[in-house]
Amino acid sequence: FKAAVLIQQWYRRYMARLEMRRRCTWRIFQSIEYACEQDQIKLHNFFSYLMDQFTPSSSKERDFISRMFVSGESYKEAELEKYCDYESIEVPDSYTGPRLSFPLLPDHATALLEAFKQKQYLHARYVLQLLHETRKHLKQLPNISHVSTCYSEEVTVCGVSLVTSACSLLFQNGLPSPSKSYVFNGDFVDRGKQSLEILIILFTFLLIYPKEVHLNRGNHEDHMVNLRYAFRVGLNTMLRVHGKKILRMFQNVFCWLPLATLIDQKVLVIHGGISDTTDLDMLEKIQRDKFISVLRMKKRKELSRKPELRALNGESKSETDAAGNEAAARLSLQPQSAQAPSTANRLEFSRWIRQTVQEQIDTCRRLVDISESEPEELTYSSMVSLKDADEPCWTRQEEWKQVLDILWSDPMPQEGCRENKVRGGGCYFGPDVTEKFLEKYNLQFLIRSHECKQEGYEFCHNRKVLTIFSASNYYEIGSNRGAYVKLGPDLVPHFVQYQANKTAHTLTMTQRISRVEESAFRALREKLFAHTSALISAFKAYDGDNTGKITLSNWATAVESVLRLGLPWRMLRPQLVRRTEDGMLEYKSWLDDLAMEQRSQERIQSSLLEVIYRNKSNLETIFRIIDKDHSGLISFEEFQQTWKLFSSHMNIELTDDGINDLVRSIDFNKDGNIDFNEFLEAFRLVKQCPS
Amino acid sequence: MASRKDAVVAEIEKKITKAFEVFDRESNKTVDVREIGCIIRSLGCFPNEAEVQELLDQVNIEVEDPSGFVHLDKFLPVMTKVLLDERFQPIPEDVLLHAFESLKGYLLRQNVILCCFSGEPFTQEEMEDMLNVAVDPETNILHYRDYLPKLVID
Repeated sequence: FKAAVLIQQWYRRYMARLEMRRRCTWRIFQSIEYACEQDQIKLHNFFSYLMDQFTPSSSKERDFISRMFVSGESYKEAELEKYCDYESIEVPDSYTGPRLSFPLLPDHATALLEAFKQKQYLHARYVLQLLHETRKHLKQLPNISHVSTCYSEEVTVCGVSLVTSACSLLFQNGLPSPSKSYVFNGDFVDRGKQSLEILIILFTFLLIYPKEVHLNRGNHEDHMVNLRYAFRVGLNTMLRVHGKKILRMFQNVFCWLPLATLIDQKVLVIHGGISDTTDLDMLEKIQRDKFISVLRMKKRKELSRKPELRALNGESKSETDAAGNEAAARLSLQPQSAQAPSTANRLEFSRWIRQTVQEQIDTCRRLVDISESEPEELTYSSMVSLKDADEPCWTRQEEWKQVLDILWSDPMPQEGCRENKVRGGGCYFGPDVTEKFLEKYNLQFLIRSHECKQEGYEFCHNRKVLTIFSASNYYEIGSNRGAYVKLGPDLVPHFVQYQANKTAHTLTMTQRISRVEESAFRALREKLFAHTSALISAFKAYDGDNTGKITLSNWATAVESVLRLGLPWRMLRPQLVRRTEDGMLEYKSWLDDLAMEQRSQERIQSSLLEVIYRNKSNLETIFRIIDKDHSGLISFEEFQQTWKLFSSHMNIELTDDGINDLVRSIDFNKDGNIDFNEFLEAFRLVKQCPS
Repeated sequence: MASRKDAVVAEIEKKITKAFEVFDRESNKTVDVREIGCIIRSLGCFPNEAEVQELLDQVNIEVEDPSGFVHLDKFLPVMTKVLLDERFQPIPEDVLLHAFESLKGYLLRQNVILCCFSGEPFTQEEMEDMLNVAVDPETNILHYRDYLPKLVID
């Protein structure tokens, strides 16, 4: 008996340690993920800097910068059809992938699923055609879809972002049918490499079963977020050729995705959450396609409003040849480099940039940034409703906030409603906000996604808010399970959980946790390395006598003050710091050890290296914006110019030689073009060898 | 001398607070009472279940908290004392080895299961995990010499 107790005691302790590790790992991943979303702000700063402070030193530089801002798109129906036309694309006989014909049939769906499992591709022509048809279908749908369990006995709600989980879901749970509806709750486009395949599958099912399949828009179905999270149009060269068209079509399909789904008028399904100002009536009426991206691209300073703009606009008319009034589309497609003012006048230049951009906003009226100079402007939708004298009018700003909140908010345990600074969009809403909202619209509960949960689902707010997350192994194999929820006419949720990876099953809990942990710590070490100089200063502050050592306690405080990830550093310490003497850490050598883990970059100056690591995701976005044809390649000159701009913003000295060194040291030069994906790949920490 | 002790106490309190925070889901200084065992153990202690319960009783000494949550303010002083007094010391490895050896006749899978139910019984999950890791699927025997180092590794 006693022996048994002893063993159990040991065992329980061991399990407790494991549990602690698991939680810490989870925290690491989450905080890094949210920190990435904060990078958005840094990106804004960079663009503002370019607009307001930077003086281009040559016309080439000027052109280059202007290209970053001029990315207009034509939305007029006819132009869209012509630009993204698919009929002219020929499908060669050698193509062995699935061939689609419209209207789609269930056989096409099966063929597609099979093909993707075999890692085949769908030809660009069919992709474009599919997107056209999808857009046509989505346009007729209302902002809020309605599903009733009278017609379908069962409704399944999930978010899917992997082909494997889509397959298993559909085969396990059954294909859509009149008695089986599906609601896919956004974020179809994530960081996985199979984003394109997932979208194709979902859209196919949408077209085959239009009454039984419902899609909600998620925050990732957004132009700016796509740029950031590298929604790649496949590494397939064939698709790359038509990449531009495909991406443009996607943008025009995403904006037509419905914003929410209502089940039996009792359960609201949205991607993110709500805020204390969420208004379902407004949401039903707005023109959702106007919000191609709900994230602001430019941070504008508070300037004098209309008078200046009118002046600028007046100015522009005399300067540009494609006159502002003419086809807005044509204007936006051409950079106005020929007409830019002389470089000598910095103020003029930044005004010119602003004006160019402003024109786009004014003429197209569809770009992201809500013009701060026209806060009172009534939107088209509110003007329409003006016809009924009792209807309220609302501004573009208010509409935008509604959509932003729905797609980006997160529930919090405390009461109230506050801005979600972590994500950079939406709010944190408390149980009181939920309560009021449900009461106002006579609803029973909310279903949302947006946050990864260990078990695939989680209730909060007294079981009034359900988070459903269907991508298992989201951070790493074994990190979490996925789940989907089924509702019958009684609206009682039934959950199905899974972990879609064979390896995950055969691993014991210990192994699974170790693996996930390794991944998390690698990411964390990379982050630490990226802040080397800031860390050194912070450590020195605690090392008044300049001994080169600090206490572990001070180490924890210093690291948190620099990284600001809100992590329990004391708990993580054993994994991050290997050698200590009398409870003191030699920080310089610790940082050197971290540096040792990165690849062969001795020739590159360390400050530059740090900058690269710190801003990897932003650099990626910038490269992507420059890469207009979405080929993954930019010219050497463009690469150089990007670096010049970036390093002046970051206040680093960077000579031409320095840039050449960069290029040479990593052999990714392809006929004068740089594959920036490879470039960024080169800056990853090597796996640490177990000591 | 007094300040030395204070420094030690402060350090211990910080440690406890940090461990507590990891399990504090709602960031409101409370944790689910079922996690207390985990927290205590992750701080380096080796209580058995009865001892954990004892500690909990001490924490809830005045009022039994019906909500099933334990507040940091109540937990901290009790736990600090535990660490200062160095209670629930780790069981030395060789004692554990002896424990396994005394069960020699019982190392077949079925008997392991029985064992799990005696003493301070394992939950279903605990038992399954132990069986998966410790028992060799082919011979159906728990090879404690192999299993022991796994348990001991920190």
